[in-house]
Amino acid sequence: MSAPAARPSSAPREQNLTDRQRLATVRRVGRTRHVVVTVALAVALVVLAVAALMLGDRIVSPADVIATLLGQGSGGDRFVVLGLRLPRLELALLVGASFGLAGAVFQSLLANPLASPDIIGISQGASAAAVGAILVLGWSGLAVSFAAFAGALLVAALITVLAARAGAVGSRFVLIGIALAFLAQALIGFLLTRADVRDAQSALVWLVGSIGTVQPRELVVTAVGAVILSLALAALAPRLRMLQLGDEAAAGLGVRVTRSRLLLTLVAVGFAALATAAAGPVAFVAFVSGPIARRLLGGSAAALVASALVGAVVVTGADLIAQHAIPGLQVPVGIVTSIIGAPVLLGLLATGNRSRGSA
Amino acid sequence: MTRAAPAAAPVLARRRLTRTLGFVLLLVLVLVAVGASLFLGSRSIDLAAVVDALAGRGGDAVEQMVVLDLRVPRTVIGLVAGAALGLAGALMQGLTRNPLADPGLLGVNAGASLAVVVAISAFGVTAPSGYIWFAFAGAAIAAVLVYLVASGRNGPTPLSLTLAGAAVTAILTSLITLVLLRDLDTLGQYRFWSVGSLVARDVGTAGTLAPFLAVGAVVALLLGRSLNGLALGDDVARGLGQRVGLTRVLAGAAIIVLCGGATALAGPLVFVGLVVPHVARRFVGADYRWILLYSLPLGAILLVLADTVGRLIAAPSELEAGIVVAIIGAPVLIVLVRRNRAVIR
Repeated sequence: MSAPAARPSSAPREQNLTDRQRLATVRRVGRTRHVVVTVALAVALVVLAVAALMLGDRIVSPADVIATLLGQGSGGDRFVVLGLRLPRLELALLVGASFGLAGAVFQSLLANPLASPDIIGISQGASAAAVGAILVLGWSGLAVSFAAFAGALLVAALITVLAARAGAVGSRFVLIGIALAFLAQALIGFLLTRADVRDAQSALVWLVGSIGTVQPRELVVTAVGAVILSLALAALAPRLRMLQLGDEAAAGLGVRVTRSRLLLTLVAVGFAALATAAAGPVAFVAFVSGPIARRLLGGSAAALVASALVGAVVVTGADLIAQHAIPGLQVPVGIVTSIIGAPVLLGLLATGNRSRGSA
Repeated sequence: MTRAAPAAAPVLARRRLTRTLGFVLLLVLVLVAVGASLFLGSRSIDLAAVVDALAGRGGDAVEQMVVLDLRVPRTVIGLVAGAALGLAGALMQGLTRNPLADPGLLGVNAGASLAVVVAISAFGVTAPSGYIWFAFAGAAIAAVLVYLVASGRNGPTPLSLTLAGAAVTAILTSLITLVLLRDLDTLGQYRFWSVGSLVARDVGTAGTLAPFLAVGAVVALLLGRSLNGLALGDDVARGLGQRVGLTRVLAGAAIIVLCGGATALAGPLVFVGLVVPHVARRFVGADYRWILLYSLPLGAILLVLADTVGRLIAAPSELEAGIVVAIIGAPVLIVLVRRNRAVIR
């Protein structure tokens, strides 16, 4: 939130500027800020990633980490870094970026800061299915992930069908999502109160979101899914920008509004379902990434790349803290994301430029 | 009134009459719901016996106990908590200008829940009646915290309230989970409180909290005109001569008292506050004076009915009111949202 770097230096000169020049200045400042923020987030992410690979019972020096990644390094380092820490890091990055993107797309598509997958039922649908799988069917591991994915898709399909009607997809979609979220929440409450208290506790670990042991197959599935969805989102991003101008304006620019909204929604749901299946509904990441990214960039555009980076930074950093903050206790990452992410959001709220209005 | 064009006057008068009649009808429905709650249950007791028990005339001792010690308390608590939550929800949506806002958004539910978890875990409180003051205090502290954080330098905006509420709720929920993951006994008790239920609540506590709730309700009902102004935006409201800051503080205080009190009584019942204002809007449009008024009986009807249904469908066991509210309320909300465009904007 540093002040824009370039600024016309003296008042008389400013008066001499033509409108065109002034516009160019504004654009240049915006672009500079964009680049600075993106690079800063990327650097933070790399630092966190190296730290995640270094730290643990066996501490590996940064030089050794890089050597190991490049295919050298001792056998012990290779086992710890490549075998144990890298998969966990990769999953954290994927999950964080996916949640960040899902939240950012929902929030800008529906023009509502409350419209993130944790609010509109996608996460709750996944959770209800997973808790049912754990408590009723006694499943564990990858099977629970598939149940969660199915639950998320089921809720998304229900919302889409129930909200379907020519035209409006916005608030109606969110409200129906919220209604389904409460239904799923009631189901979770029912299952938790009827189960044995120990099983309820293990379901609670899943419910809060955790990146624990990572199975290679799970990682591959998640990565492939994330790549496909990212490509789809990249293709749709221009339409999202136009939709933010309002439906009529977008239609005037030649965007098929209903279809574009539906496609974008599907992509966002896909991201949310993918991430939730892999790590549980990691609290708050989807909700917080978009507002933080927009606050950093100082605009109201969707800020997709920045949101993905913020999401990845939040989850990677939180997982680092979750593993090492309390020695001997592995805290589920979802607890840390809220405890870290929420104050960050609050700090931005307190210090941010209010005149901009949109967070 | 004086500004209305002559032709519009009869229309306005007729509309007011319709709305008043609708309100009376709602009050009748409240009585029906109360009747259902008293007469229906897993144990079938015939009408005469219930009336006898209520009137204090002898009869079967067990039946008398069921009516007076079980059904009356949960009906009273359902009425009070439901009405308070409905009203708090309408206030919250007016305050944040967000039809998706729920009174729990101000951090009330999470604050109350954390306080109850601490009460169970650290102080060994086991009776639900012992939770009351913890829950009420937790709700108030969390909501004040949200309000202060959202205020920053220039006072709260709808957006900053929403974001601050969600952020504080997330922190508190994490702390709750952290305690529950390490303390099995607390989880064992907390899960039953957190699902929201009218059973085994102490009716005396309803009496204790009644003065607070009454003051909150009066303040809330008086805010209707101010909320109508706020709905047009802060600047317009100021231009109309309203004191926007004062309205926000009063509305915030009323929400804390109403929602905190209801949560202390019946546990964190989330859905009532969200769905009730939407139902009210279906009948009375966007006028907050009427939305607030309608939300009172509608909330009471929803909660009392949910509790009664929960007793019947799972007899001889029962389903907690918090679960049934979602089962009844979610389809209602979906139908409303599908039917009416005006609900949303």
